[in-house]
Parts: sequence; C-alpha cells; structure tokens
Amino acid sequence: MAAETAATGGQVRRTGPATPYLFLLPYFVVFTTFVLVPAVYGLWISLHDWDYLLPGKPFVGLDNYKALFDPGSAVYSFWWESLSATGIFTVLSVPLLLVIPLLIALLLNRRFKGRTLFRAIYFAPYVLGVAVIGVLWRFLLDPNLGVVNAIIGGSTPWTTAVPWAWVTLVGVTVWWTLGFNAVIYLAGLQDIPRELYEAARIDGGGKWSEFRHVTLPGLRPVLLFITVNTILVSANMFGQSYLITQGAPGTETRTAIMYIAQVGLADYKMGSAAAMSYLLTACLLVISVIVFRMFREKDK
Amino acid sequence: MSRVRPVAWYTILIGLSFVFIAPLIWMLLTAFKTSGEATRVPPTVFPQEPTTGAFDTLMGNDQTPVLRWFLNSVLAATGQALLVLAVASMAAYALARLEFRFKRLIFGMIIATLFIPSFVLIIPNFLIVDRLGMLDTLWALVLPGAAGAFGVFFLRQFFLSLPRELEEAAVLEGANSWQIFTKVVLPLSKPALATLAVISFLTNWNDFIWPIYVLFSPEVLTLPPGLDILQGAYTINYPVIMAGALVASVPVLLLFMVAQRYVIEGVSRSGLKG
Repeated sequence: MAAETAATGGQVRRTGPATPYLFLLPYFVVFTTFVLVPAVYGLWISLHDWDYLLPGKPFVGLDNYKALFDPGSAVYSFWWESLSATGIFTVLSVPLLLVIPLLIALLLNRRFKGRTLFRAIYFAPYVLGVAVIGVLWRFLLDPNLGVVNAIIGGSTPWTTAVPWAWVTLVGVTVWWTLGFNAVIYLAGLQDIPRELYEAARIDGGGKWSEFRHVTLPGLRPVLLFITVNTILVSANMFGQSYLITQGAPGTETRTAIMYIAQVGLADYKMGSAAAMSYLLTACLLVISVIVFRMFREKDK
Repeated sequence: MSRVRPVAWYTILIGLSFVFIAPLIWMLLTAFKTSGEATRVPPTVFPQEPTTGAFDTLMGNDQTPVLRWFLNSVLAATGQALLVLAVASMAAYALARLEFRFKRLIFGMIIATLFIPSFVLIIPNFLIVDRLGMLDTLWALVLPGAAGAFGVFFLRQFFLSLPRELEEAAVLEGANSWQIFTKVVLPLSKPALATLAVISFLTNWNDFIWPIYVLFSPEVLTLPPGLDILQGAYTINYPVIMAGALVASVPVLLLFMVAQRYVIEGVSRSGLKG
C-alpha cells in the first residue's frame, strides 16, 4: 500500500491522500459489481420483455408491473396466489417466533448449571441449512413412511394437503429458527439493569407486573429489531416450501420467492420476475414503516 | 435471579432439548439403516443391521458425487470467509480510522444496502455472473456473497471501540497506515475477525436458493443443491438422503461446538442471514 509517513511542520502526516481509497478499493469492487449495479440493473430489466433465451429484449415500460394487476394476464392469478401464500406463512409464523423464543430466553435468563449447554442445544438446528432441515422433515413427516405419523398414529397428510402443509411449514420453521431469536432476546434481557428489578420488587407487585413494567420496556429496541427481522425473513421463505411441500397441494404453498425464482430463473422470463421482486420489496418497505410507527406510538 | 425448583426446572429444559435433538439423532440413525428398515412400521430406533450401504450408494453414483460436493462446499465457504475478512476489514478500517472526502456518504450508502432484500439481487446477479463467465463455477458462490454490508458494518463498530493509544504510539514510531492496520489493529481484533469468519462460513455453507440456480453440473454442486438432487433421485430411499444430509450437517455442527462463543456473539449482534 502506498502511504508515506512524513513529518510536516511538527505534525505527523500519517497517510497519503490516496490511502483511504486504496483501503476501500477491494471491497468497493465487489460491492459495486454485486450490489450497486444489480440493484439498478434489476429495475432496468423489469422495464423490458427480458427473456434470457431470446436475443431481443424490447423495452415495454411498466407493462410487467401492470400485468401483475391485470386479471387477464398470464401471471396474475399465480402471482397473487404466491403472494398470499407468503402472507399466510408470515402471519402464522411471526407471532410464534416472537413469543416462543421470548419464553425460552426467560427460561435461560437465570443462573444455573449447564446454561450455555442448553442455549447451544436450542440453537443447534439453526446452524444447519434449510436444505438439511427440508429433506430431514420431509422424511420425518412422510404421511405413510414417516416416524411422526408412526408415533401419533393415523396418516395425516403433513406435506400434501392444507391446512396440514401450513402447520408443517410453520412448525418446522419455528423449530429451526427459534434459537436465533432466543439468543437475541437473551442478549437483550442481560442488558436490562438489575437495579430496575430490585426497584420493582421494593414497589411490590408480582412477577407479572415486573415483566410488564421492567422486562418488556427494557426489551423494546430488541423487540423492534426481532419483529421487523422476523417479518422480512418470513417474507423471504423459499427452501421449506421448495423441499418439504414442493408447493403442494397444487401451487397453494408456493411462496412469492418461489414463484419469482421459477419465472425468472427456470422459465427465464426475467423482466416479469424482476417486476415482481420490486413490487414485493415495496410491500415489505411499507410493512416495515408501519411496524416502526407502531413502536414509536407506543412510546407516547 | 429468583430461585427455581431444580427438578421441575431441569425437566423442562431437558424435555425441550429432546425436541431439538431427537430429529437430528433420527437423521444419524437412519443413515445407517437399510432402506427397508428406515420405513418399517412400527419404526425401529437403532439400526437392527447397521450398514454403510447408503454411503456406498452415494459414492458409487457419479451423478451424486457427495465427496466432491463436500469439497466444493469447503472451498466455497472457506474462500468466501477469507475474502470477506480481507475486503471488509480493509474497508472497515478506512471508515473507522482514516479521514477522507465523502466518508459519511460512502458509509451511508453501504449501510443503506443492508435494507435491500436479497431476492431483488438474484435475477440481475444471475445475469452479471453469466456475463463474467462464472455460471456453473464455484466463483459464482464465492464472490457475490462477499459484497454484503454486514462484515463492513460489524468490523467498523469493533474498530471504533478499540483504544487509539496503541495506534498513536505506532504513528510516533513512524508506522504508516498499512503497518498500523496489519500490525496493530488486526491483531487486536482477533475475536471480531473470528466471529465474522465463522458467520460467513456458515452462511455460505448453508446457502440454498442461489446455488440451485447458478450451478448445473453434478461435479460443481455444493451440498445444499446436492441434497435437492438426492431427494429427487432417491425419493423414498431415505437412508441415502439422510446420509447426504449427515455429510452436510456434521462439519457445521462441529464448527458450532468449537466456535460456539463466536457464533452466539455474532448472532447477539444480529444477522446470520446477512
């Protein structure tokens, strides 16, 4: 790296003028190529009839976006079905992923032997990828051959019929990712000053009022992060549906991301898929803003 | 904190542990069963006639070269972790310690991209990777993931928390920025670098949606798209699929056991999914 050290007028000059930029350069090359450029390039693609396999990619303006709102278009019903699948999944899984990890964090937020071990055990599934989790649970929940039905008896169609498929997708996701939220909650709980609990105890009031007046307010920033993050992650759901239900029954559990990937990267209709991905982004942006607002209003 | 009744307490904790561990044990046990035994009703817990037949089946089929997938996964995840460490630490150092024009603007721009959902980038990145001639190569798995803003953000925070005295002492001894960075700052940052390396490795090792669409040839795949192939090819020959899942699980579970502190630390500061 070029950096001269020269004493100028009693002041130590640490760096040449180019030095900071040289430090930034390697990151900026990858960042520009794989984040900045594609973020804009995607918009450009969405304004074209962009078929990867065809030489011509004619400019069509907002037609790809309009098609998503036009009941007569080929993509309309599939797109909204997939968006509602993502919506159903998000609405069902987010509350569970907010509450259950909090309970587990409260369970672990005491001093006892083996605390680190239990935390590690509850977190362990999250270390595995969705591919492992997916093929594993497809096996465990196989209606005829799986161990779950062998234990509980009957032949519940866990992966092939609704509402069971939703129970499966939500349940597996909660089992898989709960440790992630629990660890963040736990870090938040440990940041709450002890004196607050002592003060609450002096004031009297039971466990519940302690939880309401000390724990919950103390967790506010963490709660905001977990809420927004869990919504975004749920809206990104792909692997569980892809591997466990494969969208079944029919295409009912095919999520928006699954449909976008199918249209863009399997059917190679990239213009339409890009338009869907920006529309979904806009939806998520609006939802995030609403959540931020809700948290701010509770402040007052 | 408050006193607890030990017996009830540990019963709950151990019961919960069972919920998280039992499915993983079942995967392990199934990988050593015959395909008939794996789907027997009522099921057997321990393999009655333990066999490595599932692994032999995997190795014997050149459409499912699981050892090759394992090697590819190791290469891609290690390569990306090293690349992230190199580029993110340099950028983070400039943003934490050096003065230059547009510093706030550049940092703001990097942080803003944390809010771009990853699925928006998938389609344009497919075309960019194609243009660069990297489709169906491991480069497609190593490079794009290294552009994430998390590493820069995470290391910048850490560098800002370091005391400046040692760096100032090095300046008085005539060290230049590069020497300060490599001889003073990086050695002080080992825990943060380890955290970032482990998290990058895990994220890359587990990545699924990207490799299933940018890798095609059996010998180029990593383990997650490989498992998708296994599920399609072996449908209800579950020991073979579980054997593949085991190969994909054991390395990261071991890494987690060894580096638990770093993983938990990284997650506490949020964001395994990038």
